[in-house]
Amino acid sequence: MAEASKRRARSTSFRGREYSKASVWLGRLAVFVLLTGLWELLSGRAFNSFWLSKPSLIADRIVQMLGDGDLWYHMSATLQEAVVGLAIGMVGGTLLGIGLAFSGIFERWIYPFMMALYSLPRVSLAPLFIVWFGIGQSSKILMVVAMVIFVAFYNAFEGMRNIDKDLMDMMSTYKAKWTHKLRWVVLPSITVWILTSVRLNIGMALIGSVIAELVGSNRGLGYYITYSSNMLDTTGIFTGLVLIMLIAVALEQLVLLLERLLLRYR
Amino acid sequence: MANDNQAKLSIRDLKVEFRAKGRNTVALDGVHLDVKDGEFVSVVGPSGCGKSTLLKVVTGLLQPASGGAFIDGQPIDGVPDRVGMVFQNDALLPWKTVVQNVRLPLAIKGLPDKEQRREAERLLKLVGLEGFASFYPKQLSGGMRKRVALARTFAYDPDIYLMDEPFGPLDAQTRVKIGEEFLRMWESVGKSVLFITHDIEEAIALSDRVIVMSPRPGRIKAEFPIQLARPRPFYDIRFDPVFKELQKEIWAQMSDGASGGVH
Ligand SMILES: Nc1ncnc2c1ncn2[C@@H]1O[C@H](COP(=O)(O)OP(=O)(O)O)[C@@H](O)[C@H]1O
Ligand SMILES: [Mg+2]
Repeated sequence: MAEASKRRARSTSFRGREYSKASVWLGRLAVFVLLTGLWELLSGRAFNSFWLSKPSLIADRIVQMLGDGDLWYHMSATLQEAVVGLAIGMVGGTLLGIGLAFSGIFERWIYPFMMALYSLPRVSLAPLFIVWFGIGQSSKILMVVAMVIFVAFYNAFEGMRNIDKDLMDMMSTYKAKWTHKLRWVVLPSITVWILTSVRLNIGMALIGSVIAELVGSNRGLGYYITYSSNMLDTTGIFTGLVLIMLIAVALEQLVLLLERLLLRYR
Repeated sequence: MANDNQAKLSIRDLKVEFRAKGRNTVALDGVHLDVKDGEFVSVVGPSGCGKSTLLKVVTGLLQPASGGAFIDGQPIDGVPDRVGMVFQNDALLPWKTVVQNVRLPLAIKGLPDKEQRREAERLLKLVGLEGFASFYPKQLSGGMRKRVALARTFAYDPDIYLMDEPFGPLDAQTRVKIGEEFLRMWESVGKSVLFITHDIEEAIALSDRVIVMSPRPGRIKAEFPIQLARPRPFYDIRFDPVFKELQKEIWAQMSDGASGGVH
């Protein structure tokens, strides 16, 4: 009952009314069918299917890749790089944000440089990382870390600055130790911010790993895309893109699940 | 209710300044105040006169510019032991359930889990929230959240209660109801209270003494001992002629100076 009233109360936000699950998913399915259907129909009629391939060809390719093991071979490489890099970048950036928020004037010294680095087009670092670490997975992971660490840092830092001072004071009046404050106030306060940065960073992580693979590798979806491109195989390129999208959607759903678990109180 | 003449809390020549954007604001000046053991003292004054600031000094969260506060004669340095604060907003942890919020001071003290739970349940019953232990603060009304905050402070079991407009944002009905419950609970424990409010009636109904503060910089303007018998009926006491007379006098003190003297 309380659950229901909470939902109703939340639906007054600008997103408008709460819709039934069925109507949302049916609508999504309809949009998907419409778009892929149009693509399928127009390809080979309105334009040459050599340039844009078509959904049925992509589906065939996925099945074929599943059969010969190529699918998992490339997908697992990209997934691994993205997930490992995301984990390292998130932990590193978040700790940096928390640490810097506690560091007093040191923060004022460092902050402008962090922002300057952030404004750098970091994808252009990929060639450098490949020079440093070769075409194996470590150069890709480093690229992913470079892509995600700033958002992780920034969100943790902002989260720290947005901690309710009254809650910290309240903890102090109960003579709470530093560890109590961390566990009961600091970490729960910034959880929202961290989850937001994980979500933003899923896309970033995939960009990082795929870009680095495009620049130089012998495995992964980025590699598969360049390889297909060299063969003038547009179906291969699109298949690579579809698989990247699948990874992004799957990771996003995982984070949403985590969010529902951790933010039950909202 | 005061047991003896020994001051539990004393504030001497207190001056507090804030420096913000290069400007100095004197929030409190020359404040002199005693709360005896077991005494209930209320402070009324216009908003911005430094009432919250006064409490922050007593909790050790704020350093005075000069003068100071003493508990049992000891100067306050850092957060003192056995002082419990009820914040102006309820300061509940939104990510913890009602029972976890009430347990918080006990968890910090490091009591065994079972004892924490037992005590929290007892207190929730005391404030009339037995069925709500597993609710989150967001799911409660303002009045219920205040009760949780009260229960949490009771769990801490301090010697001095500092209460910053604890019933402030409540509607009149809820205010009376919670005030009544609080008075009943206080009369059973008899600890010292320094109670901040802007509601004169509430101050008289609860207190042994009402202190009127002037607008900024906050100074003590007048003091009224409240000689109404205890236990008091929190609401019906308002119709007592002594109450009416006090109300008139305190109101005259508060409006005098603020608007050039009304009578
Ligand atoms: N952190 C602060 N920095 C600067 N000025 C403050 C701060 N806290 C309070 N003040 C000022 O001190 C005065 C007293 O504030 P406060 O104690 O909150 O008043 P009250 O609780 O009586 O409404 C106000 O004028 C307020 O602007
Ligand atoms: Mg105040």
